[in-house]
Amino acid sequence: MKHLSQITIIAAVSFLGELLHYFIPLPIPGSIYGLVIMFLLLLSGIVKVKHVKDVGDWLLTLMPIMFVAPIVGIMGSFTECSKFIIPIIITATVSTLIVMIVTGTVSQALISLRDKKDGDRDVK
Amino acid sequence: MLNEIAASLPFFGIFLTALVYLGALKLQQKTKSALLNPLIISGAVIIIFLLITKIDYRIFIYGKPLEGGRYDGTGAAFFQTMLTPTTVCLAIPLYEKIAYLKKYPLAIIGGILSGALTSVACVLAIGLIFGITQDQYITLLPKSITTAIGVAMAEELGGIPSVTAAVIAFTGVMGNTCAALVMKLFKIKHPVAVGLACGTSAHAIGTSRAREFGEIEEAMSGLSIAVCGLITVVLMSFFAMIPMQ
Repeated sequence: MKHLSQITIIAAVSFLGELLHYFIPLPIPGSIYGLVIMFLLLLSGIVKVKHVKDVGDWLLTLMPIMFVAPIVGIMGSFTECSKFIIPIIITATVSTLIVMIVTGTVSQALISLRDKKDGDRDVK
Repeated sequence: MLNEIAASLPFFGIFLTALVYLGALKLQQKTKSALLNPLIISGAVIIIFLLITKIDYRIFIYGKPLEGGRYDGTGAAFFQTMLTPTTVCLAIPLYEKIAYLKKYPLAIIGGILSGALTSVACVLAIGLIFGITQDQYITLLPKSITTAIGVAMAEELGGIPSVTAAVIAFTGVMGNTCAALVMKLFKIKHPVAVGLACGTSAHAIGTSRAREFGEIEEAMSGLSIAVCGLITVVLMSFFAMIPMQ
Protein backbone atom coordinates (compact mmCIF):
# COMPACT_ATOMS: atom_id res chain seq x y z
CA MET A 1 0.00 0.00 0.00
CA LYS A 2 2.79 2.38 1.00
CA HIS A 3 4.70 1.62 -2.20
CA LEU A 4 1.61 1.88 -4.35
CA SER A 5 0.88 5.42 -3.16
CA GLN A 6 4.53 6.38 -3.67
CA ILE A 7 4.49 5.00 -7.21
CA THR A 8 1.28 6.92 -7.87
CA ILE A 9 2.76 10.22 -6.71
CA ILE A 10 5.95 9.74 -8.76
CA ALA A 11 3.96 8.64 -11.81
CA ALA A 12 1.61 11.60 -11.43
CA VAL A 13 4.53 14.06 -11.37
CA SER A 14 6.14 12.32 -14.38
CA PHE A 15 2.81 12.55 -16.20
CA LEU A 16 2.43 16.23 -15.34
CA GLY A 17 5.96 16.87 -16.63
CA GLU A 18 5.15 15.14 -19.90
CA LEU A 19 1.94 17.12 -20.17
CA LEU A 20 3.89 20.39 -19.82
CA HIS A 21 6.39 19.17 -22.43
CA TYR A 22 3.49 18.45 -24.77
CA PHE A 23 2.00 21.92 -24.45
CA ILE A 24 5.11 24.09 -24.11
CA PRO A 25 7.04 24.39 -27.39
CA LEU A 26 10.52 24.24 -25.82
CA PRO A 27 13.13 21.47 -26.16
CA ILE A 28 12.83 20.69 -22.44
CA PRO A 29 11.91 17.07 -21.68
CA GLY A 30 9.07 16.08 -19.36
CA SER A 31 11.53 14.61 -16.87
CA ILE A 32 13.11 18.03 -16.23
CA TYR A 33 9.71 19.69 -15.72
CA GLY A 34 8.90 16.75 -13.43
CA LEU A 35 12.08 17.28 -11.39
CA VAL A 36 11.15 20.93 -10.87
CA ILE A 37 7.53 20.06 -10.00
CA MET A 38 8.62 17.42 -7.48
CA PHE A 39 11.09 19.87 -5.93
CA LEU A 40 8.36 22.52 -5.59
CA LEU A 41 5.94 19.97 -4.10
CA LEU A 42 8.55 18.99 -1.49
CA LEU A 43 9.45 22.62 -0.84
CA SER A 44 5.83 23.62 -0.27
CA GLY A 45 5.25 20.60 1.96
CA ILE A 46 2.38 19.30 -0.19
CA VAL A 47 4.44 16.13 -0.64
CA LYS A 48 6.62 14.98 2.26
CA VAL A 49 9.92 13.18 1.71
CA LYS A 50 8.51 10.05 3.40
CA HIS A 51 5.71 9.98 0.80
CA VAL A 52 8.18 9.27 -2.03
CA LYS A 53 11.45 8.23 -0.38
CA ASP A 54 11.35 4.41 -0.60
CA VAL A 55 10.39 4.12 -4.25
CA GLY A 56 12.60 7.13 -5.09
CA ASP A 57 15.63 5.50 -3.51
CA TRP A 58 14.87 2.25 -5.26
CA LEU A 59 14.69 3.99 -8.66
CA LEU A 60 17.87 6.00 -8.03
CA THR A 61 19.77 2.85 -7.07
CA LEU A 62 18.66 1.22 -10.31
CA MET A 63 19.59 4.26 -12.41
CA PRO A 64 22.80 2.93 -14.04
CA ILE A 65 21.03 -0.06 -15.60
CA MET A 66 18.72 2.35 -17.44
CA PHE A 67 21.68 3.48 -19.55
CA VAL A 68 22.57 0.04 -20.92
CA ALA A 69 19.98 0.19 -23.72
CA PRO A 70 21.03 3.68 -24.94
CA ILE A 71 24.66 2.56 -24.98
CA VAL A 72 23.81 -0.52 -27.05
CA GLY A 73 21.80 1.88 -29.25
CA ILE A 74 25.12 3.39 -30.40
CA MET A 75 25.17 0.34 -32.75
CA GLY A 76 22.47 2.03 -34.80
CA SER A 77 24.69 4.95 -35.76
CA PHE A 78 28.00 3.14 -36.37
CA THR A 79 28.01 4.14 -40.06
CA GLU A 80 27.05 7.77 -39.40
CA CYS A 81 29.64 8.02 -36.61
CA SER A 82 32.45 6.49 -38.67
CA LYS A 83 32.31 9.53 -40.99
CA PHE A 84 33.84 11.74 -38.27
CA ILE A 85 34.92 9.28 -35.66
CA ILE A 86 38.10 11.10 -34.54
CA PRO A 87 36.32 14.38 -33.63
CA ILE A 88 33.62 12.28 -31.92
CA ILE A 89 36.11 10.38 -29.79
CA ILE A 90 38.03 13.53 -28.83
CA THR A 91 34.78 15.33 -27.98
CA ALA A 92 33.58 12.50 -25.75
CA THR A 93 36.92 11.90 -24.02
CA VAL A 94 39.17 14.98 -23.85
CA SER A 95 36.49 17.66 -23.72
CA THR A 96 34.46 15.72 -21.13
CA LEU A 97 37.49 15.61 -18.84
CA ILE A 98 38.16 19.32 -19.40
CA VAL A 99 34.53 20.18 -18.55
CA MET A 100 34.73 18.05 -15.40
CA ILE A 101 37.99 19.69 -14.28
CA VAL A 102 36.79 23.24 -15.03
CA THR A 103 33.41 22.79 -13.30
CA GLY A 104 34.96 21.15 -10.25
CA THR A 105 37.79 23.66 -9.90
CA VAL A 106 35.66 26.77 -10.46
CA SER A 107 32.92 25.68 -8.07
CA GLN A 108 35.42 24.59 -5.43
CA ALA A 109 37.15 27.98 -5.64
CA LEU A 110 33.81 29.79 -5.26
CA ILE A 111 32.92 27.52 -2.32
CA SER A 112 36.18 28.34 -0.51
CA LEU A 113 35.51 32.06 -1.06
CA ARG A 114 32.08 31.66 0.50
CA ASP A 115 33.47 29.60 3.40
CA LYS A 116 36.17 32.18 4.09
CA LYS A 117 33.64 34.97 4.22
CA ASP A 118 31.66 33.02 6.77
CA GLY A 119 34.50 31.59 8.75
CA ASP A 120 32.63 28.32 9.32
CA ARG A 121 33.23 25.15 7.37
CA ASP A 122 29.92 23.38 7.23
CA VAL A 123 26.28 24.01 6.58
CA LYS A 124 24.24 24.93 9.59
CA MET B 1 16.35 -17.61 -37.02
CA LEU B 2 17.77 -16.27 -33.73
CA ASN B 3 16.17 -12.94 -34.59
CA GLU B 4 12.75 -14.58 -34.63
CA ILE B 5 13.27 -16.39 -31.34
CA ALA B 6 14.56 -13.22 -29.64
CA ALA B 7 11.66 -11.22 -31.08
CA SER B 8 9.04 -13.64 -29.74
CA LEU B 9 10.45 -13.58 -26.22
CA PRO B 10 9.24 -10.35 -24.58
CA PHE B 11 11.73 -10.72 -21.71
CA PHE B 12 14.79 -11.29 -23.90
CA GLY B 13 16.05 -7.68 -23.73
CA ILE B 14 15.15 -7.09 -20.09
CA PHE B 15 16.65 -10.37 -18.90
CA LEU B 16 19.86 -9.95 -20.92
CA THR B 17 20.31 -6.38 -19.62
CA ALA B 18 19.75 -7.34 -15.97
CA LEU B 19 21.93 -10.47 -16.17
CA VAL B 20 24.87 -8.82 -17.94
CA TYR B 21 24.74 -5.71 -15.76
CA LEU B 22 24.63 -7.83 -12.58
CA GLY B 23 27.63 -9.82 -13.84
CA ALA B 24 29.55 -6.63 -14.68
CA LEU B 25 28.75 -5.19 -11.25
CA LYS B 26 30.00 -8.34 -9.48
CA LEU B 27 33.15 -8.22 -11.59
CA GLN B 28 33.82 -4.64 -10.52
CA GLN B 29 33.14 -5.39 -6.86
CA LYS B 30 35.60 -8.26 -7.03
CA THR B 31 38.39 -6.44 -8.87
CA LYS B 32 37.65 -2.95 -7.43
CA SER B 33 38.98 -1.44 -10.67
CA ALA B 34 37.51 1.90 -11.78
CA LEU B 35 38.33 1.06 -15.39
CA LEU B 36 36.13 -2.03 -15.34
CA ASN B 37 33.10 0.24 -15.37
CA PRO B 38 29.93 -1.92 -15.26
CA LEU B 39 28.30 0.28 -17.91
CA ILE B 40 31.17 -0.10 -20.40
CA ILE B 41 31.51 -3.81 -19.69
CA SER B 42 27.80 -4.58 -20.00
CA GLY B 43 27.41 -2.34 -23.07
CA ALA B 44 30.39 -4.02 -24.76
CA VAL B 45 29.32 -7.56 -23.79
CA ILE B 46 25.81 -7.04 -25.17
CA ILE B 47 27.05 -5.38 -28.39
CA ILE B 48 29.49 -8.28 -28.97
CA PHE B 49 26.75 -10.80 -28.15
CA LEU B 50 24.39 -9.18 -30.66
CA LEU B 51 27.11 -9.03 -33.34
CA ILE B 52 27.98 -12.73 -32.88
CA THR B 53 24.39 -14.00 -32.76
CA LYS B 54 23.41 -11.54 -35.55
CA ILE B 55 20.36 -10.52 -33.49
CA ASP B 56 19.13 -7.07 -34.55
CA TYR B 57 19.97 -4.52 -31.83
CA ARG B 58 16.53 -2.98 -32.30
CA ILE B 59 14.90 -6.25 -31.18
CA PHE B 60 17.05 -6.12 -28.06
CA ILE B 61 16.09 -2.51 -27.33
CA TYR B 62 12.57 -2.10 -28.71
CA GLY B 63 11.19 -5.66 -28.87
CA LYS B 64 9.27 -7.41 -31.61
CA PRO B 65 9.15 -5.65 -35.00
CA LEU B 66 5.64 -4.69 -36.12
CA GLU B 67 4.28 -3.43 -39.42
CA GLY B 68 5.50 -0.05 -40.63
CA GLY B 69 8.91 -0.11 -38.91
CA ARG B 70 7.44 0.02 -35.42
CA TYR B 71 8.27 -2.20 -32.45
CA ASP B 72 6.08 -3.59 -29.67
CA GLY B 73 8.25 -2.09 -26.91
CA THR B 74 9.06 -5.31 -25.03
CA GLY B 75 12.84 -4.82 -25.06
CA ALA B 76 15.51 -3.33 -22.84
CA ALA B 77 13.91 0.10 -23.40
CA PHE B 78 11.73 -0.90 -20.45
CA PHE B 79 14.56 0.34 -18.22
CA GLN B 80 14.88 3.51 -20.28
CA THR B 81 11.21 4.26 -19.65
CA MET B 82 11.96 4.36 -15.94
CA LEU B 83 14.47 7.15 -16.52
CA THR B 84 11.74 9.82 -16.45
CA PRO B 85 10.38 8.93 -12.97
CA THR B 86 13.97 8.45 -11.79
CA THR B 87 14.97 11.93 -12.96
CA VAL B 88 11.87 13.25 -11.16
CA CYS B 89 13.10 11.52 -7.99
CA LEU B 90 16.42 13.38 -8.18
CA ALA B 91 14.39 16.18 -6.59
CA ILE B 92 14.34 14.16 -3.33
CA PRO B 93 18.09 14.24 -2.52
CA LEU B 94 18.15 17.83 -3.80
CA TYR B 95 15.42 18.83 -1.35
CA GLU B 96 17.13 16.97 1.49
CA LYS B 97 20.33 18.92 0.80
CA ILE B 98 18.63 22.25 0.27
CA ALA B 99 20.91 23.85 2.89
CA TYR B 100 23.79 23.56 0.40
CA LEU B 101 21.68 25.13 -2.32
CA LYS B 102 20.97 28.08 -0.04
CA LYS B 103 24.55 28.44 1.12
CA TYR B 104 26.37 28.14 -2.21
CA PRO B 105 24.08 29.58 -4.91
CA LEU B 106 26.94 31.47 -6.57
CA ALA B 107 29.31 28.53 -6.58
CA ILE B 108 26.58 26.30 -8.04
CA ILE B 109 25.57 28.67 -10.83
CA GLY B 110 29.18 29.74 -11.48
CA GLY B 111 30.44 26.17 -11.62
CA ILE B 112 27.72 24.91 -13.93
CA LEU B 113 27.93 27.98 -16.19
CA SER B 114 31.71 27.64 -16.54
CA GLY B 115 31.29 23.94 -17.36
CA ALA B 116 28.54 24.50 -19.93
CA LEU B 117 30.59 27.24 -21.62
CA THR B 118 33.71 25.06 -21.62
CA SER B 119 31.75 22.24 -23.22
CA VAL B 120 30.46 24.21 -26.22
CA ALA B 121 33.79 26.05 -26.57
CA CYS B 122 35.64 22.70 -26.68
CA VAL B 123 33.33 21.43 -29.42
CA LEU B 124 33.87 24.66 -31.35
CA ALA B 125 37.66 24.25 -31.06
CA ILE B 126 37.52 20.58 -32.08
CA GLY B 127 35.27 21.50 -35.00
CA LEU B 128 37.66 24.17 -36.25
CA ILE B 129 40.74 21.98 -35.78
CA PHE B 130 39.29 18.97 -37.60
CA GLY B 131 37.36 20.93 -40.22
CA ILE B 132 34.06 19.14 -39.71
CA THR B 133 30.84 20.18 -41.47
CA GLN B 134 28.18 22.42 -39.92
CA ASP B 135 25.76 19.56 -39.25
CA GLN B 136 28.51 17.46 -37.64
CA TYR B 137 29.45 20.44 -35.43
CA ILE B 138 25.83 20.92 -34.31
CA THR B 139 25.60 17.17 -33.68
CA LEU B 140 28.47 17.38 -31.18
CA LEU B 141 27.44 20.63 -29.42
CA PRO B 142 24.95 19.13 -26.89
CA LYS B 143 27.29 16.31 -25.84
CA SER B 144 27.35 17.08 -22.11
CA ILE B 145 23.61 17.38 -21.53
CA THR B 146 20.86 14.88 -20.89
CA THR B 147 19.80 12.87 -23.96
CA ALA B 148 16.23 14.15 -24.20
CA ILE B 149 17.30 17.82 -24.40
CA GLY B 150 20.40 17.12 -26.48
CA VAL B 151 18.65 15.11 -29.16
CA ALA B 152 15.82 17.64 -29.37
CA MET B 153 18.33 20.47 -29.84
CA ALA B 154 20.29 18.55 -32.51
CA GLU B 155 17.03 17.95 -34.35
CA GLU B 156 15.95 21.55 -34.08
CA LEU B 157 19.24 23.10 -35.20
CA GLY B 158 20.06 20.63 -37.98
CA GLY B 159 22.40 18.05 -36.45
CA ILE B 160 22.24 14.25 -36.75
CA PRO B 161 20.08 13.16 -33.75
CA SER B 162 21.13 9.47 -33.68
CA VAL B 163 24.82 10.43 -33.56
CA THR B 164 24.09 13.04 -30.86
CA ALA B 165 22.48 10.29 -28.77
CA ALA B 166 25.58 8.12 -29.26
CA VAL B 167 27.98 10.95 -28.36
CA ILE B 168 25.95 11.78 -25.24
CA ALA B 169 26.03 8.14 -24.11
CA PHE B 170 29.79 7.93 -24.83
CA THR B 171 30.39 11.19 -22.91
CA GLY B 172 28.41 9.90 -19.94
CA VAL B 173 30.31 6.63 -19.78
CA MET B 174 33.59 8.53 -20.03
CA GLY B 175 32.66 10.86 -17.16
CA ASN B 176 31.31 7.98 -15.09
CA THR B 177 34.54 6.01 -15.51
CA CYS B 178 37.04 8.82 -14.95
CA ALA B 179 35.26 10.81 -12.21
CA ALA B 180 37.08 9.30 -9.22
CA LEU B 181 40.49 9.70 -10.86
CA VAL B 182 39.88 13.29 -12.03
CA MET B 183 38.66 14.42 -8.58
CA LYS B 184 41.74 12.91 -6.96
CA LEU B 185 44.22 14.27 -9.52
CA PHE B 186 42.81 17.81 -9.46
CA LYS B 187 42.11 17.84 -5.74
CA ILE B 188 38.40 18.47 -6.16
CA LYS B 189 37.27 17.41 -2.71
CA HIS B 190 34.27 19.45 -1.63
CA PRO B 191 31.19 17.22 -2.13
CA VAL B 192 29.26 20.10 -3.73
CA ALA B 193 32.06 20.66 -6.29
CA VAL B 194 32.38 16.92 -6.98
CA GLY B 195 28.63 16.62 -7.62
CA LEU B 196 28.53 19.68 -9.89
CA ALA B 197 31.52 18.37 -11.88
CA CYS B 198 29.89 14.94 -12.38
CA GLY B 199 26.49 16.24 -13.45
CA THR B 200 27.71 19.11 -15.63
CA SER B 201 30.22 17.00 -17.56
CA ALA B 202 28.36 13.69 -17.75
CA HIS B 203 24.63 14.37 -17.13
CA ALA B 204 22.60 11.47 -15.65
CA ILE B 205 25.28 8.82 -16.22
CA GLY B 206 27.69 10.98 -14.22
CA THR B 207 24.99 11.39 -11.58
CA SER B 208 24.67 7.65 -11.09
CA ARG B 209 28.40 7.74 -10.26
CA ALA B 210 27.97 10.78 -7.98
CA ARG B 211 25.39 8.78 -6.01
CA GLU B 212 28.14 6.30 -5.16
CA PHE B 213 30.30 9.14 -3.81
CA GLY B 214 27.61 10.41 -1.41
CA GLU B 215 24.26 12.10 -0.89
CA ILE B 216 25.44 15.70 -1.35
CA GLU B 217 27.30 14.72 -4.52
CA GLU B 218 24.18 13.03 -5.86
CA ALA B 219 21.93 16.01 -5.06
CA MET B 220 24.28 18.52 -6.71
CA SER B 221 24.85 16.30 -9.73
CA GLY B 222 21.10 15.90 -10.21
CA LEU B 223 20.68 19.65 -10.03
CA SER B 224 23.42 20.10 -12.64
CA ILE B 225 21.56 17.92 -15.16
CA ALA B 226 18.65 20.34 -15.18
CA VAL B 227 20.59 23.62 -14.89
CA CYS B 228 23.37 22.66 -17.33
CA GLY B 229 20.75 21.38 -19.79
CA LEU B 230 18.87 24.68 -19.72
CA ILE B 231 22.02 26.84 -19.93
CA THR B 232 23.29 24.76 -22.85
CA VAL B 233 20.02 25.22 -24.75
CA VAL B 234 20.64 28.98 -24.68
CA LEU B 235 24.39 28.73 -25.41
CA MET B 236 23.81 26.28 -28.26
CA SER B 237 21.42 28.59 -30.06
CA PHE B 238 24.27 31.10 -30.37
CA PHE B 239 27.14 28.67 -30.93
CA ALA B 240 25.25 26.83 -33.68
CA MET B 241 25.38 30.04 -35.76
CA ILE B 242 29.19 30.09 -35.86
CA PRO B 243 30.14 28.92 -39.37
CA MET B 244 32.52 25.95 -39.53
CA GLN B 245 34.24 26.46 -42.86
